[in-house]
Amino acid sequence: MTTNEILKRLQSEFGDDGIVLDGAETLDQFVIVPSTEVVPICEFLYHEPDLFFDSLSCLSGVDHSSDSDSMEVVYHLRSMVHIHQVIIKTIVPKESPRLFTVEHLWKAANWHEREIYDLYGVVFDNHSDLRRILLPDDWQGHPMRKDYQEPDMYRGIKVPY
Amino acid sequence: MKDISNLSNEDFDKNLIVTSIDAVANWARSSALWPMTFGLACCAIEFMATAASNYDLDRFGAGVPRATPRQSDLIIISGTVTMKMATRVIRLYEQMAEPKYVISMGSCATSGGPYWQHGYHVLKGVDRVIPVDVYVPGCPPRPEAVIEGLLKLQEKIRLQTTEGPPTIPFLRKLLRKKNPA
Repeated sequence: MTTNEILKRLQSEFGDDGIVLDGAETLDQFVIVPSTEVVPICEFLYHEPDLFFDSLSCLSGVDHSSDSDSMEVVYHLRSMVHIHQVIIKTIVPKESPRLFTVEHLWKAANWHEREIYDLYGVVFDNHSDLRRILLPDDWQGHPMRKDYQEPDMYRGIKVPY
Repeated sequence: MKDISNLSNEDFDKNLIVTSIDAVANWARSSALWPMTFGLACCAIEFMATAASNYDLDRFGAGVPRATPRQSDLIIISGTVTMKMATRVIRLYEQMAEPKYVISMGSCATSGGPYWQHGYHVLKGVDRVIPVDVYVPGCPPRPEAVIEGLLKLQEKIRLQTTEGPPTIPFLRKLLRKKNPA
């Protein structure tokens, strides 16, 4: 199934509001969905037999610019059975970003969401174990954000070069 | 048993060696270094090659890495030290028995390497947390370079005195080499 066909299925199920196709100029087109609808849409994509996205290839965060006050979370889904894929993007505010976890659908989301939480500060509600995954637990800030300020000291160790 | 009351000078020549405590201790310490099994990144692979049969670090008496800091007197910081690891490096170093030595292996351990600017998580040089004896440059250093570093460390240990830190006689000797006047 192509991204366009999947988009049609999503729009007939969830309505046209906020579910749009984008990325005409990029290699892979993607579907933008409202952040509140992520979990129902993922459940739909997983449970429909003709879609059956059984694999979460990648789950990542993007901070495009320090001018913008929003960030993106990108879901790369793939069906091993039907050999098709789709990219789902959702936009979250930089000020207290929150999403619901998709861990109950794809176990792989557990660590990916922890990584996004660690590096971007997106909080995933209902996550079973939302801790930092790479940085120390007592680290301040989220380093992949454009507005990240490098600390001068960490536990008495000088950080900058 | 030989009667020791009538020993001649000849007997002394054959059986006795006169030396200093420093020389014996330094000889023993430098010839039997016990590195710790401690790998942080790709440099560790190179160190494994150094310890394996092709390069055979055991020729220089440092070929058996110990699995615990309590049995080691040499820690080779082989790779990128992250901030998270830095606190652990300090703890491991503190657990080692005196006298203890540190080799900083590769660019990352020495100065942060390729992560010196944008590596928000990387310690920019392990000498910010523990004292380093020998720096081995390279990314990663070849086994020959690691061996050279070990030989430099042994040279340094042989110049230790019970009176002071090894650095001063070592530097004095270096200066003498540069200005032989």
